[in-house]
Amino acid sequence: MNSRNSISFSWLTGIGLASLLVFMEPATAADDQFKHAERLYDTYCTQCHGVNRNGNGLNSAFMSVQPRDHSDAKGMGDIPNSEIIDVIKKGGLAANKSVLMPAWGGVFSDEEVSQLAAYLRHVCKCGSDQ
Amino acid sequence: MKPYLLAAISVSFFTAPLAVHAGEAPAVLLQLECASCHALTKPENTSLDRLWERKGPDLYYAGSKFNKDWLVKWLQDPTKIRPAGEFYRKHVKPGAKEDVVDEPSLTIHPKLTTKDAEAAADALMTLTGPEGLIEKGAFKNQKVVPSMGTMYFNKLRGCSACHMTAPGKGGLSGPEMATAGARLQPDFIYSYIKDPQKIDKGIWMPKLDISDADLQKLTSYIVQLSAKEDKK
Ligand code: HEC
Ligand code: HEC
Ligand code: HEC
Repeated sequence: MNSRNSISFSWLTGIGLASLLVFMEPATAADDQFKHAERLYDTYCTQCHGVNRNGNGLNSAFMSVQPRDHSDAKGMGDIPNSEIIDVIKKGGLAANKSVLMPAWGGVFSDEEVSQLAAYLRHVCKCGSDQ
Repeated sequence: MKPYLLAAISVSFFTAPLAVHAGEAPAVLLQLECASCHALTKPENTSLDRLWERKGPDLYYAGSKFNKDWLVKWLQDPTKIRPAGEFYRKHVKPGAKEDVVDEPSLTIHPKLTTKDAEAAADALMTLTGPEGLIEKGAFKNQKVVPSMGTMYFNKLRGCSACHMTAPGKGGLSGPEMATAGARLQPDFIYSYIKDPQKIDKGIWMPKLDISDADLQKLTSYIVQLSAKEDKK
């Protein structure tokens, strides 16, 4: 690459960064807040709840009870925070739901469970502390 | 990927180096042909990022995990163990309704000659992993009535959400269970169900609270499943 190209390249990158900072700041901050929870969700939850978080995960085709649609504001909004936390930690049975929703308390710290619960509120864009 | 391309790749990657290194000590064969995708010593880094980046399951405790006969056979003729590859999240995409496996993104496993498969299996069996990883002698080998085993695996414990017990029966994100009894040592099966996070830190199988009696039933069920397969 010659020097002229690299100059214009960094100049363009500069503009890109500046516009990111100007226009994207709120979104970026939110993404940072949920970064770890999002990673956890992608690793552990998408297998059943789906890459689009809508309950249509890879495994769902074979399941007798369908995983909850986490993008559904109404359905998710009706579940209190305490139940969401309980279900993630102790599994569906803890809330008289299906055993097909496993207990993750042996994998995550309490802090991570809270982060996931907050992240689910972000995904459903629904009620926070009911 | 086109079949002929895969053939070309496996020839250039595997057959050629293997021919060159034939006669090397088995452990050298593993280092040269397998270490790029499999951890042969306990990794220091057990972060989630590492799990996302690793290209194949860890083999540093292979000697405490596999049945040697199975290894020799499978290395010559590898079949799919994890229907969605390793790791599933990198090989799924949204489908018409449910997410589906992005089949072209899966690679075919290197195939070994009989001689190399035997050498590799010998070397793998010496990698037993850290002391105490597996509960030796935990499995009591009590028969379980198949319908009872099925009920535990599917209904009571929800294992079928992630594991297939036969083609088309069960989830796709975990290894298939139809041949697990032939593949795995019973004490490994028992220990893995008891605490997958101890053996495979961060893996996307939960650590559940299961009594010894139920662990015995689940392990027996899995062992018996593949005995049934063998008779077919
Ligand atoms: C093995 C499949 C599976 C996995 C993996 C899974 N879930 Fe679920 N989940 C389900 C099923 C099935 C239900 C529906 C249970 C019911 O309605 O009886 C559910 C329901 C839920 C609910 C709603 C509970 C309620 O009270 O209605 C929440 C919240 C939830 N899952 C969160 C998670 C999170 C967070 C993860 C990842 C850490 C996760 N799930 C991983 C299968 C799964
Ligand atoms: C290009 C990467 C790659 C290379 C090179 C490779 N493997 Fe693998 N191996 C994988 C993947 C991916 C899987 C998982 C396959 C599946 O689950 O269907 C696997 C699975 C295995 C398994 C079964 C593991 C389990 O936990 O189920 C064994 C045993 C194995 N490989 C041995 C070897 C040996 C021996 C070599 C060297 C001769 C080798 N592999 C080279 C990627 C690789
Ligand atoms: C949320 C999904 C999920 C659930 C639920 C689940 N597993 Fe697993 N299981 C996995 C994954 C993922 C692995 C290891 C994947 C790997 O090695 O790459 C695994 C590995 C195993 C293994 C070792 C297999 C091998 O070839 O290495 C056994 C045995 C097993 N599971 C049995 C069970 C039993 C019994 C239950 C029910 C009590 C169960 N699993 C529930 C996902 C799950």
